[in-house]
Amino acid sequence: MSTNFYIAVAWIVTFVSLALYSLWVIRRGRELSRRVPEEQRRWM
Amino acid sequence: MTTEPAPQRPVPTSTGSRVTHVLGIASLVGLAELVLFGLVISPADAQLGETIRILYMHVPTVSVAYLAFVITAVASVAYLWKRTEFWDLLAASAAEIGVLFFALTIFNGMMWGKVTWGVYWRWEPRLVTTTVLMLTYVGYLVVRSIPTDPRTRGTVSAVIGIMAVVNIPITHKAVDWWRGLHQSRTIFGTVDPEMRGTQLFATYLGLLVFMVLFAWLLIHRFRVAWLAERAADEGLRGALAERRAEGGATA
Repeated sequence: MSTNFYIAVAWIVTFVSLALYSLWVIRRGRELSRRVPEEQRRWM
Repeated sequence: MTTEPAPQRPVPTSTGSRVTHVLGIASLVGLAELVLFGLVISPADAQLGETIRILYMHVPTVSVAYLAFVITAVASVAYLWKRTEFWDLLAASAAEIGVLFFALTIFNGMMWGKVTWGVYWRWEPRLVTTTVLMLTYVGYLVVRSIPTDPRTRGTVSAVIGIMAVVNIPITHKAVDWWRGLHQSRTIFGTVDPEMRGTQLFATYLGLLVFMVLFAWLLIHRFRVAWLAERAADEGLRGALAERRAEGGATA
């Protein structure tokens, strides 16, 4: 395999992992927001 | 004279806020710029060749991981002192993000190792200490996932969070203390002094962008953890009310 292959894998895995984790965090936040009373959802 | 009622702030329906929107947009713009500078504009290095482009991911991810673990340690100390939920959840949120970034650091390092050394992994000093550091924080997250009362969980994990941070300087200095294959430090001491122009810019840009992304993730992850605690309280309250209603019906 060429050097460019390993560079591409490193960048793609990093970006995709961070994107998937971010998506999970955002979705979990939305889901939990629906289960928690309004008065406890006030962000500073 | 009548006074106008103060305008009500809208109730958030997610973990987002004005601050996270700004940080999120800044992260996206920064990541696009990093792709441009890291993969297109900056030239190959005289010594490292094209593999320097892997270091544009490796250096920022390890920096964020170290920062996250230090935040975990500081928040753990604050928790043992103040005993408030805020510090406990902050420590846990930072540790989880730190583990993700550290896993990516190891993965990028393996890609670099394959090109440079011909193998993905060598049991040399830096990689041994890195493995110990990673396992310690995975252990921290495992301990937090054990069902127990929040105070016990907070105390035990705070002690681990404080002890684990000692591994960071050991891992960081491993390349100086023991002879190994890993190249010498590139951050906190030298962002390679030979580095110039767009290479140096891409390195610092990566550091900045990943720090902003980390701040964005940490705020969201903390709020998720906080909401999860409230949801658990609500669930418990609901179950108790149901039990009471059942008791009243049978009496």
